[in-house]
Amino acid sequence: MDYRGHFPIFKNNNSVYLDNAATSQRPGCVIDAVSDFYAYSNANPLRGLYDLSMKATKKYEDARKKVADFLGAQSPSEIIFTRNTTESINLAAYSYGDEYIKEGDDIVISVMEHHSNLLPWQRLAKNKHANLVFMEPKENGVIEDDEIENKIGKQTKIVAIAQTSNVLGIENPIERIIERAHQMGAVVLIDGAQSVPHKKVNVKELDADMFAFSGHKMMGPMGVGVLYVKNSIMEKMKPFLMGGEMIEYVTREEATFAELPHKFEAGTVNAADAYGLSVAIDFINKVGYDYIEKKDTELTQRIINGMQAMGHITVYGHEDPSKHNGIVTFNVEGVHPHDVSSILNEDGVCIRAGHHCAQPLMQFMKVGSTARASVYFYNTSEEVDKFLDCLSKVREVCGYGT
Amino acid sequence: MELKSLYREIVNEHNLRPSHKAAIENPDLVLRGVNPSCGDDISLQLKFEGDVISDAGFVGTGCAISQASADIMIDNIIGLNKEEALKQAELFMSMIKGEALSEIQFDELGEASALQDISHMPARVKCAELGWRTMKEMVEKNN
Repeated sequence: MDYRGHFPIFKNNNSVYLDNAATSQRPGCVIDAVSDFYAYSNANPLRGLYDLSMKATKKYEDARKKVADFLGAQSPSEIIFTRNTTESINLAAYSYGDEYIKEGDDIVISVMEHHSNLLPWQRLAKNKHANLVFMEPKENGVIEDDEIENKIGKQTKIVAIAQTSNVLGIENPIERIIERAHQMGAVVLIDGAQSVPHKKVNVKELDADMFAFSGHKMMGPMGVGVLYVKNSIMEKMKPFLMGGEMIEYVTREEATFAELPHKFEAGTVNAADAYGLSVAIDFINKVGYDYIEKKDTELTQRIINGMQAMGHITVYGHEDPSKHNGIVTFNVEGVHPHDVSSILNEDGVCIRAGHHCAQPLMQFMKVGSTARASVYFYNTSEEVDKFLDCLSKVREVCGYGT
Repeated sequence: MELKSLYREIVNEHNLRPSHKAAIENPDLVLRGVNPSCGDDISLQLKFEGDVISDAGFVGTGCAISQASADIMIDNIIGLNKEEALKQAELFMSMIKGEALSEIQFDELGEASALQDISHMPARVKCAELGWRTMKEMVEKNN
């Protein structure tokens, strides 16, 4: 199947784009949807009593329903639109964490977290004199059962963990983590930023209490993200940002707040991008997760095999390419990742280099920084081969004998 | 200069076979310079005879550009007095930020002027600046 033709950027640009874990590319239908919203349906949603505003409101609320179905939520009222995963997790840490975490409680995360699923909890733990506890993986990236049992205990009130690591690509055992956390009476937030683009998620089957993801990593627009929260938990949460659209009744001294989930969406909402996200969901459903996972594994396998054949390359994480979710983090012997990335850029190959917003993991792995190639279903084996060919010349460019 | 030529002609030599990447004896000033976003991390050491930099060295890790630039910088500043060293640092920073320099100013920078095309690579400007920035901070503080 050729889905590549749906993406205008590939017609306008010859780059080999292998930084999909940072942000994906967008198909024409998503780009058009955002533009169409402004061209045909634009008014301030949720307030106007005229047709155009009602049309904008409908587009926005239909998008919420689409997201709810996509995640397997019980009701659209469990879906809060945010800017991105980072804002979703900050909302959870403030609106839930700030209310229910007390001195001496444990907040459990893992050492693999993206800074966005670390810093909000770090601040909360400091403010409340609570403990931030880190689950650690084995060298292949796997968090084992005894680690889960040792770290999640009676003092644990919140567990926050990525479904898929943005560095190692490994999927964490979130079913077991959720089960253990619930036995201990803790609530669980899953950071789905790297999982949702690559695999089917059902929050109800997972029994996740909160689930965060970004639109832009799954072909949606930048600037729209989602926080799913179980209704029973959302009811107990305090508002995040205060202002317009999130109120019921306001006097000089007091305010009561709008019904769920609007209480958590202060100010004029990002309706155009929410609509764009709903079109991205249609597109991802059309492509199908079976195809996406098949391509992820095929391309990842090709990358890892090529790197192993090349020599002088360390690949981090699991030996099984199907456990990488399209993410290959690596280093070239003797060459700093920033040099690798700059040199590949000369050949039009885009990869990430640095700490990938996961410095504690870099410290845990005892590497200063790494390079990362990440694929999506629209990448091709020809692109992978070009990347590998350019990569094989990097050491020579940096003055090492071939 | 194209990036690959830059590595081959200038950067590799100073990165793989640096002249000054070692601790010096009894330094008068030592300062750590870090680029937190990329992990470049050096410790720069200066020794003075009166007002003149008589010896210098650095230890640390980082990308080829950061290490090579620090090595070239030390080549340049040994034998200069504080004022001259600061003036060179300012010239280098101007060049790397893409400001136009005169023929004479390029000559003053010597081999360091070969790094001028890094001004077209915004992601690498900080790497090239690290050694210079650290030296400037040390000398200014102790002037």
